[in-house]
Amino acid sequence: MKISVITFPGSNCDYDCYKALRDVVGVDAEFRWHKDRELGGADAVILPGGFSYGDYLRAGSIARFSPIMEKVVEFAADGGPVLGICNGFQILCEAGLLPGALLRNEGLTFQSHDVHLRVENAETLFTSGYQKGQVLRMPIAHGEGNYHADTETLSRLEGDGRIVFRYVNAEGETTPWANPNGSAHHIAGILNEPGNVLGMMPHPERAVEEILGSTDGLGIFTSLVEHLSATAPAPS
Amino acid sequence: MRHQERSGAEGAGPATGTETGRGEAPEPRPGDPEITPEVVDEHGLSPDEYDRVVEILGRTPTFTELGVFSAMWSEHCGYKNSKRLLRLLPTEAPWVIQGPGENAGVIDIGEGLALAFKIESHNHPSAVEPYQGAATGVGGILRDVFTMGARPVAVLNSLRFGDLDSGRVRYLFAGVVKGIGDYGNCVGIPNIGGEVHFDRGYEGNPLVNAMCLGLMKREDLIRGEAEGVGNVLMAVGARTGRDGIHGATFASEELSEDSEASRPQVQVGDPFTEKLLLEASLELIRSGHIVGIQDMGAAGLTSSASEMAGRSGSGVELDTARVPVREPGMTPYEILLSESQERMLVVAKKGREPQVREILERWELEAKAIGAVTDDGAFRVLEEGRVVADIPALPLTEGCPTYEREGVESPEVIGLRETDLTPYVDKETDLEEAFLELLSSPNIGSKRWIYEQYDTTVRTQTVVRPGGSAGVIRVRGTRKGIAATTDCNGRYTYLSPRRGAMIAVAEAARNLVCVGALPTAVTNNLNFGNPLKPEIYFQLREAVLGMAEACRLFETPVTGGNVSLYNETNGKAVYPTPVVGMVGVLEDIHRVTTHHFQEEGDVIVLLGGETHGALGGSEWLYVRHGQVAGDPPEVDLLEERRLQHGVLALIERGIVRSALDCSEGGLACALATAAVGEGEAPLGVDAEVEGKAGPVGLLFGEDQGRVLVSCRPGDEGELHRMAKNHGIAARRLGTVGGPRGMFTVRAGTAATADSIRVPVDEVAQVFFDAIPHRMKVVEASRPSSAST
Repeated sequence: MKISVITFPGSNCDYDCYKALRDVVGVDAEFRWHKDRELGGADAVILPGGFSYGDYLRAGSIARFSPIMEKVVEFAADGGPVLGICNGFQILCEAGLLPGALLRNEGLTFQSHDVHLRVENAETLFTSGYQKGQVLRMPIAHGEGNYHADTETLSRLEGDGRIVFRYVNAEGETTPWANPNGSAHHIAGILNEPGNVLGMMPHPERAVEEILGSTDGLGIFTSLVEHLSATAPAPS
Repeated sequence: MRHQERSGAEGAGPATGTETGRGEAPEPRPGDPEITPEVVDEHGLSPDEYDRVVEILGRTPTFTELGVFSAMWSEHCGYKNSKRLLRLLPTEAPWVIQGPGENAGVIDIGEGLALAFKIESHNHPSAVEPYQGAATGVGGILRDVFTMGARPVAVLNSLRFGDLDSGRVRYLFAGVVKGIGDYGNCVGIPNIGGEVHFDRGYEGNPLVNAMCLGLMKREDLIRGEAEGVGNVLMAVGARTGRDGIHGATFASEELSEDSEASRPQVQVGDPFTEKLLLEASLELIRSGHIVGIQDMGAAGLTSSASEMAGRSGSGVELDTARVPVREPGMTPYEILLSESQERMLVVAKKGREPQVREILERWELEAKAIGAVTDDGAFRVLEEGRVVADIPALPLTEGCPTYEREGVESPEVIGLRETDLTPYVDKETDLEEAFLELLSSPNIGSKRWIYEQYDTTVRTQTVVRPGGSAGVIRVRGTRKGIAATTDCNGRYTYLSPRRGAMIAVAEAARNLVCVGALPTAVTNNLNFGNPLKPEIYFQLREAVLGMAEACRLFETPVTGGNVSLYNETNGKAVYPTPVVGMVGVLEDIHRVTTHHFQEEGDVIVLLGGETHGALGGSEWLYVRHGQVAGDPPEVDLLEERRLQHGVLALIERGIVRSALDCSEGGLACALATAAVGEGEAPLGVDAEVEGKAGPVGLLFGEDQGRVLVSCRPGDEGELHRMAKNHGIAARRLGTVGGPRGMFTVRAGTAATADSIRVPVDEVAQVFFDAIPHRMKVVEASRPSSAST
């Protein structure tokens, strides 16, 4: 089993994802350069956070044209699991793998602090290790995380259970103060229709060890690995 | 045509080290201004200094050469008024691998690892263009660290602004914070702390000092040297434009109303290119294809090329026509003095240029051969083969005249220091009101408004984020941690420069031991006014002496830093601000200790000196009476050292559950800071402060050498026993109360003692709203506690 972490010029959480996968989760991971045209037989793909191409023009808007993205789109279409974190979420939206867009934070400032998330759907391949309603704590660090979509898209996301994480307070309530960036419906993470592509603004890879202050992000990676183990062809 | 005689990897030119211009006197370029006394004066050189230039060259300089000398002999590059004083600082210890003189200091932290670190100012640019000024300050300090071969792992900032009731100050403050954030966030280097002070003494001239830490394997250390005749000089990274020309000279002048016109001298940053340059540089250094690398920072190509030549004792020759430029028609003068950002000068091994280019191309950057290393000790510049500058490198880089000035203490400051504070103390009638006003001061209150704009957790190594005593990161693959802090109280240094500087060092060390780190080394940033004024030179000398004494006693050598003089606006100098950036090592990261109280029922103890009620230069005096006066707190360096060892021992034994340096705002504010923590679960406090001082002094006095700790009730006996063994006093102040409890502090012993009694939720609200309230965004700020 192998998970590819894509490095775009300007990615800066690629190493953190790689270390979380290899050192903490204990799964094989490798970097794929944005100019690569192969995913190298990866079983899952992570688009990490950062500022791909400096986020010039608009976050994620240039990265989607990287050669590797063609393969990522194909991989996702074939049902391969793809996780986009922060800038990776922005790239997934720009690439059309997820609906909607991420606008400037409502307060117009970069927001870097821990947030609480409520698991809205624990029946996805990324969240099976959590309980529905469970409250997680992990950092956010972004300037453009204000999720926006038209009313119809939002109601479909709600109806399909594709809103996976919502910003809440420590008690699990969606109060206005708990929403750090103005996201519609308090959205912190969403799934595509078939359920194999997850985009989220918070950083689960920064919450995988006690020494970092939280291990609540670990479940996303372990759920993914469990899913891959269960679906992997038996070794011949 | 001379250039036809040359040959090289890229065709004609000095790229292969064929010395083409040797022995030819440079001729003035057509269109260059004539060298007149006025032109010399505009370049910031005194008549004596100009005579020295003529003596070194043995002839009149060309306009290009004058520009080169002007930059290299500016205060910023040449340290002409500080060099003699800087020699007084201790710089050596067995763990120091690289002391002052390189891009950054480097210390050995064991297990084959080394830590590179440095602080640098960007005060003048930030005063006229806060966003770009601060952003490029971060960019510059990152490059200083990664050119040593170290990967930047953390940044800190030391900032000074005027009072936030001024709209101009709010503009500068918001711009600087955004500039620092946008740059560091994009490159992906976590911000782990620092400090900020607001005082009218910095009204027109903010201070923006940025510090960076980088980690490397010892063997990856590389120095900025141009060695090996025939090795190739390559310009790497961004192209050279007309921005920042003479930035170094600009930084060596006082600010005035006309400084706004200097805005074009402020460089523009591109953090995305910086990130690529960082990765490419580290790859280059590990590739073995290069022998030296240096940032084209202050004074750009001039300083990087001549310093690399000067350090190694060889010479360099380069052709400005080969330098990749952003626009046509740039003169050698402009190309040599441009401070365009995100550029490096690399010395590639002869014949390895293609490999260097290949690495740079992978990171979508340019690398172009512009010259070569020679053996004649000259810094020689050609323009399409014609010599335009030919200067002996060593006298250029090391021969800058240095001065010892006259220093006389200002009578005004003496008067302020000798002010009797009794009338002010007598006027204080409401301790609770004073307490809340202090907490709402941006100097005491939470700095969350700032550090929430900085990515603090990228790289997944931050163990203590900003807001505590010191920032802490873990060192992957070891049990170790690195802690860092910046400190300086400008009011103390203003009132008593020597003592103020000692306090800055002592406070930095206290902050490090409070997280469990052994203070190890220092980088300093000396921010002062115009050294030609006797009262300013006095401050500079005294501060250096104080810093030297404290650093020597604490065994924390100064491995480098920065001097920023002429911090004056319309003739008024900032407070002398010798910022101490100190790093420390934790042997066991799992022993790390934070500043806030942990649990209801824990015992609160004050370790160290007695509270005499030192109110000179205090925040209380500024907030309640608008005064900066009195004698700053006494500091006993030997007592401080005992305290440091005692606190470290208690943390190593796991006795202490929280530790916080007790400084600005006194014990009352320290107790409040420890009680509210990060605002999620403020804990009540029930404490009693005893001592000979009156209630104001007991609660708000800023006596040095005190650390506020807490421990489990069962550990109190052991704590007292260990403190006694270390020769430090330990006084029980009270106990930690319950969540959302009452914050009660009594001053004095009697039952009728004056007291502060406020619900801790209110304490937290005031503390966290301090800056948002002044930035008029209180309605948009998050509530302080978990009841969101």
